[in-house]
Amino acid sequence: MLETSELELTRSTLNQPAEFSQPVVADDTAATPSHTQANKPMLLTDEAIKLQVKDLNLYYGQKRALNNVSMVIPEKKVTAFIGPSGCGKSTLLRCFNRMNDLVDSCRIEGEILMDGKNIYDKDVDVPELRRQVGMVFQKPNPFPKSIYENVAYGLRLQGVKSKRVLDTVVENSLRGAALWDEVKDRLHDNAFGLSGGQQQRLVIARAIAIEPEVILLDEPASALDPISTLKIEELIYELKNRYTIVIVTHNMQQAARVSDYTAFMFMGDLVEHSATDELFTNPVKKQTEDYITGRYG
Amino acid sequence: MKSKSNSFTSWYKSGAPWIWLNGGAVALSMVMVVGLLALIAVRGFGHFWPADILQTTFVDQQGQRLPVMGEAVRSEVIPAVIARDNGYAVPEDQPLVTRYLIKQGNRDVTSRDFMWYLETGMDEWQYPEEALAIERREWGNYYGFPVEIREEGKAVSHYGGQDFWQQLEERAERSVNLHRELRRIEKTDIGRINNAMERLRLQERRLQLDGISGAELAEAEADIAARRAELDAQYQLVKAERDEIVKQTKRDQLVTTTADGKEVIIPFEKIVRVSRPNAMGVLAKSGQYLERFWEFLTDEPREANTEGGIFPAIFGTVTMVIVMSIIVTPFGVLAAIYLREYARQGIVLRLIRISVYNLAGVPSIVYGVFGLGFFVYFLGGSIDQLFYPESLPAPTFGTPGLFWASLTLALLTLPVVIVSTEEGLARIPSTIRQGSLALGATKAETLWKVVVPLATPAMMTGLILAIARAAGEVAPLMLVGVVKLAPSLPVDGNYPYLHLDQKIMHLGFHVYDVGFQSPSVEAARPLVYATSLVLVMLIIILNIAAIKIRNNLREKYRSASD
Repeated sequence: MLETSELELTRSTLNQPAEFSQPVVADDTAATPSHTQANKPMLLTDEAIKLQVKDLNLYYGQKRALNNVSMVIPEKKVTAFIGPSGCGKSTLLRCFNRMNDLVDSCRIEGEILMDGKNIYDKDVDVPELRRQVGMVFQKPNPFPKSIYENVAYGLRLQGVKSKRVLDTVVENSLRGAALWDEVKDRLHDNAFGLSGGQQQRLVIARAIAIEPEVILLDEPASALDPISTLKIEELIYELKNRYTIVIVTHNMQQAARVSDYTAFMFMGDLVEHSATDELFTNPVKKQTEDYITGRYG
Repeated sequence: MKSKSNSFTSWYKSGAPWIWLNGGAVALSMVMVVGLLALIAVRGFGHFWPADILQTTFVDQQGQRLPVMGEAVRSEVIPAVIARDNGYAVPEDQPLVTRYLIKQGNRDVTSRDFMWYLETGMDEWQYPEEALAIERREWGNYYGFPVEIREEGKAVSHYGGQDFWQQLEERAERSVNLHRELRRIEKTDIGRINNAMERLRLQERRLQLDGISGAELAEAEADIAARRAELDAQYQLVKAERDEIVKQTKRDQLVTTTADGKEVIIPFEKIVRVSRPNAMGVLAKSGQYLERFWEFLTDEPREANTEGGIFPAIFGTVTMVIVMSIIVTPFGVLAAIYLREYARQGIVLRLIRISVYNLAGVPSIVYGVFGLGFFVYFLGGSIDQLFYPESLPAPTFGTPGLFWASLTLALLTLPVVIVSTEEGLARIPSTIRQGSLALGATKAETLWKVVVPLATPAMMTGLILAIARAAGEVAPLMLVGVVKLAPSLPVDGNYPYLHLDQKIMHLGFHVYDVGFQSPSVEAARPLVYATSLVLVMLIIILNIAAIKIRNNLREKYRSASD
């Protein structure tokens, strides 16, 4: 009963469609509502919903990579996807900004709603969607341009020419990505001259320069040393005040440190999705417990 | 025994044989390339060294002793039997006999300028200090002894007189300068007037074709007539100037005697250079060597290309390669981008790609035939019908020319550019593209702002290969625009400055022409080497320029392509 009222609250605040009946965890768990930790302080159902995945199936050719995934991503919180390699967490992440469109053999069934609007509708302008949903990749991928031009790239695409506006945005973005102090004297040097960690923060600056609503991070620290990783994690903590963040990571400590909510995926299924503390201290599913305690290879 | 086979096995396993094999292949290639360049360089560069003039006597078939004078070119040993069969007296106990090829010049006097002479019965060689080598505008070199200088038919200085050599030098220089002035007037001033006249004629013809009549026609014709009269007046002025110079050039004459004492009068206007190689030191010879080499690079050819320089050929080659690059780069790059980025990967695309790759293997003469049939006759003919009806039946673009030659070569080198560009595009990491797309860029924006700049080094590689191939190509060019002797350069001061319809000269064709089509094989031989050397150097220079640009680009985009 409590759950229903919470859902109604969310629904009314967000003006969601009436058929919304998002379970707290993935479908099989939803069948046993007694496991739902209604008395815990942090609950998905308390949050404003930014993204909602509904019965998402994804196929690469004949192979099914995501099975009936349904979940919600809360606004201005960090949601982490964990799971073994090949479980579909990156695939799911790439659904949020339709990066999977680039794969010819990829086919998608189901819906992803952002602020109530299905991003897979025919009338969606994909470049516009990607402006709202930024993405940072596993390996730093700065463009072969200067640091300044890298950050200004997105704005120039939108036709911003004013030097004053660009200067301001570049500075703010670099400050936002905690990189400004390190590069302010060499803004016009080639971005390839930066270290890996700096490049990754530059890429984050580039992503936040166009003021997205959601930032997707695909194992952003996996190619970095521990100090750079720490900086990125601190940055994620800062950024969540302003952006909805979804992060894929192999590193469970990292997920535990930075995220508010964690989803565990396995073989294309969303196994469990709840508050991070909850998932790591008191997992509902056996699979989750095995994974976080390291019983999977 | 056992340890020996073991050591062989371990040597074999260590990979050393493969290193030796690879190293050997590289060394062999290097030896061949360096050897080729060295051969061309030695034979080509040697030509410009002022050779000493020898004077001696020999015994001919009838047993008469005759004088001979000239430059020794080379010698060879032949069986004495052959010499005897040819009627020469060779002692019976001598099985072999040496013979010398002497460049005796004086084609107008003795009819043959290169002759073989047997060593048997030959006198000692002498190198008289006063022997003159005269490079002439006609009839090739002249070798002889000076007698006197005449001005307007009157002797002004005799050989042996104090100021004779000074006079000779001054007058030779004067006539060379006058000749240069004459060429300038003919090329620039008269050329400009002719060009304007021709355009007036075409304008008049166009009026007729357009069917204008009445007052309008009369007005236009009056205008043309007025301008023509003005040009005529200009021409008369220029002509008077020219005639005056021509008269001046005829003033001086040089009287000489040949080795056999025959008197020969050489007008100074025919003289390019007078020198006394036997009296020159190494320094003076080096000076003249450089002078002659420079003349070779910057002068126009004389005497059916066997004398003078090759500047029009160098210029034509460079112009053609540049025009070709301008055509082939955008086409190749756009085609490659479409094939790699936009076209749907499938069986049709595979077929297209195989066809493109195979185009590179089509014999170049086939391109020449295609260029002649399609570009020149069909396209050029249609262009003439549409845009140049006034000059018909004389073709403008309906005849082989610079543009068609460049276009044919562009077609020939297109596969190279497409293949390298495609490879370059394929090498760009997909994360870079995704990074751009994730920022809201469309596919086209990603391509032009990120992917294509990163692929420019690969495009330059394609262009380098294209240039190397195009600059050395000869066969198709003979059909589509390269000629033995082009009357003028494709770029000049007359509107429209770059004459795409003009025929050009080309170094590769020049080598062929001089080597196989020239009347004097011996005179042409060194020029073949020298021209080949210039062609190789030109290709190297063009390539180095392109490689420099590519390396700069690579440096700029270094890490992304790692």
